[in-house]
Amino acid sequence: MSLWTRLTGWFALLFGLGYFALPLLGLTEFSLRARRGVYSLDAYAKVIADPEFQQTFLYSVSMALVTIALGVFLVLPTAFWVRLRLPAARPYVEFITLLPLVIPAIVIVFGYIRLYNTSSWLPLTGTIMGTNFLLAAGYTTLALPYMYRAIDTGLRTIDVATLTEAAQSLGAGWTTILGRIILPNVLVAVLSGAFLTFAIVIGEFTLAALLDRPAFGPYLQRIGANKPYEPFALSVITFIITWGCMGLIQLANRFTTYTKAPR
Amino acid sequence: MSFLEISHLEKSFGPLRVVKDFNLSVEKGEFVSLLGPSGCGKTTVLRMVAGFETPDTGSIHIEGKDVVRLGPNARKIGMVFQAYALFPNLTVSQNVAFGLKVAGVGKAETADRVREMLSLIGLPDLGDRYPFQMSGGQQQRVALARALAVRPRVLLLDEPLSALDAKIRVSLRSQIREIQQRLGITTIFVTHDQEEALSMSDRIVVMNGGIAEQVGTPFDIYNKPTTKFVANFVGTLNTFSADVTDAAAGRVSVGGTPVQLPAAVEPAKGDRIGLAFRPEALHLGRAIGREVTLPAVIRAVNFHGSVIRIEVEAAGTNVALDTFNRADTPPPQVGDAAEVSFSARDVIVLEY
Ligand SMILES: Nc1ncnc2c1ncn2[C@@H]1O[C@H](COP(=O)(O)OP(=O)(O)OP(=O)(O)O)[C@@H](O)[C@H]1O
Ligand SMILES: [Mg+2]
Repeated sequence: MSLWTRLTGWFALLFGLGYFALPLLGLTEFSLRARRGVYSLDAYAKVIADPEFQQTFLYSVSMALVTIALGVFLVLPTAFWVRLRLPAARPYVEFITLLPLVIPAIVIVFGYIRLYNTSSWLPLTGTIMGTNFLLAAGYTTLALPYMYRAIDTGLRTIDVATLTEAAQSLGAGWTTILGRIILPNVLVAVLSGAFLTFAIVIGEFTLAALLDRPAFGPYLQRIGANKPYEPFALSVITFIITWGCMGLIQLANRFTTYTKAPR
Repeated sequence: MSFLEISHLEKSFGPLRVVKDFNLSVEKGEFVSLLGPSGCGKTTVLRMVAGFETPDTGSIHIEGKDVVRLGPNARKIGMVFQAYALFPNLTVSQNVAFGLKVAGVGKAETADRVREMLSLIGLPDLGDRYPFQMSGGQQQRVALARALAVRPRVLLLDEPLSALDAKIRVSLRSQIREIQQRLGITTIFVTHDQEEALSMSDRIVVMNGGIAEQVGTPFDIYNKPTTKFVANFVGTLNTFSADVTDAAAGRVSVGGTPVQLPAAVEPAKGDRIGLAFRPEALHLGRAIGREVTLPAVIRAVNFHGSVIRIEVEAAGTNVALDTFNRADTPPPQVGDAAEVSFSARDVIVLEY
């Protein structure tokens, strides 16, 4: 490698670091200046002590977990079946899973409200549980592109057809095959889909606001508009959560002993 | 009715008829090989027996019951795949125990059976390994143990040895056969390797284009092939063309040399027939008991160690023959004039 390419490489790295790190540093630095003249964690303490923060955060975490469960239940069998029996349908299924990326969330939520309002055939928005369910369904849709891709990529690394047939010849039914063979072998992929879903749900604003649920996204927005330092502390917290998710993906990778196989 | 009875099996994929009127009876404890070239439908037949494909017509009876309507997980059939197909997330022991767990066998009994199976395949100490920590040969043995652990009624193997290298292939061959005989398990073995089929099987089904061309013992398949395809596909074959001089008396002539065949030539075979020989039926030089002698020229000499394969030109065709190596007799030189002799009793008569 010549000196010039090496220099360019270092420069690119430094530029990238600066591009990401500088604004973050600035953000963090500012969030620490709530007390005049010295750095302090006052803004963080205030944010965390806020009961509304706790409630909305807890609500969004629960919604994220429900969404992940819903997504895995929906996507894993679908992607499995498409790989196993309907390979010709794959492009179409893939296209459908990509639709949430082009259709704005606001369109989806207006659709929901029209279809399931209190004077409709299925008045889901009439009850809190119904609305929660609608929200989870909406989140599942938003996370669909990521979940499907993650799981489908995971399925590509194993010989789905032969493993399924081997399990079948040993007497296993579909639930056993999915639960004991397929899921454990794509667990890392499922987890990365799950963490992405988590990151999306935690910060989501449109669906939660329009369905009027007490989620973290709308709370963030409200704080951001009304308080000086807290929004920055919140940003740092959200950022840490997101990166925590990324770290967990790596960790999940490390803990699966059997994937170190040279394939 | 036999233990496993396949009758009039047919299967098409779209316009392609892959299996045509396939019939086979397998006795309990028998080892039957399906042998044939690539694409002849061996795997498809096996997959229909296993339940992974549904036949268009025909029936498959095991122990007198038609299983065509049963799903693959209800047939009690063990299957070993070319690609091993061990579950990567489970250890060797867990792999072997999988079928037992599904069947609801108790913990203690499962542990016993797993131990028994692992010692059967000669890997008693590798129970805690994951599949990726083992060689191909070891993985395939575990796959065999896994299939056998549930005591299936029939064992199906689809080219289980073709992903392995030559040495292991040969040793696993005899290991599989030994285990099969010890357990007395009814087995169908798919291969396109004739040596494998000849050395392992009680009977061989030679398939071509979705049809069972001939079913018989390895000895019969090799020595008494009934069709030209079987004769050519199994073993090396030398064919001289011969003119029929007296069909009823079985008299023919090879390049001007008269040959008296042991039986009459069927008129349907025509005026010109093929006389086929295995390499070991031809002899270089004259010999007692080989009454026909043809003049020949040495064309090639291949030294294989204990055996020397020599190609000669005789009666206008190139033929191959084998002689044993002897330290005191150097092999002939290319271009030498020689004679080949054979006995009409060793002839396989073919349509020309
Ligand atoms: N699922 C399928 N769809 C369409 N065609 C198929 C399918 N499975 C097999 N075939 C075709 O059926 C024919 C027989 O296939 P099969 O796998 O039974 O051959 P085989 O004798 O096992 O060959 P090989 O020795 O290569 O494994 C082939 O021409 C193959 O292309
Ligand atoms: Mg095959």
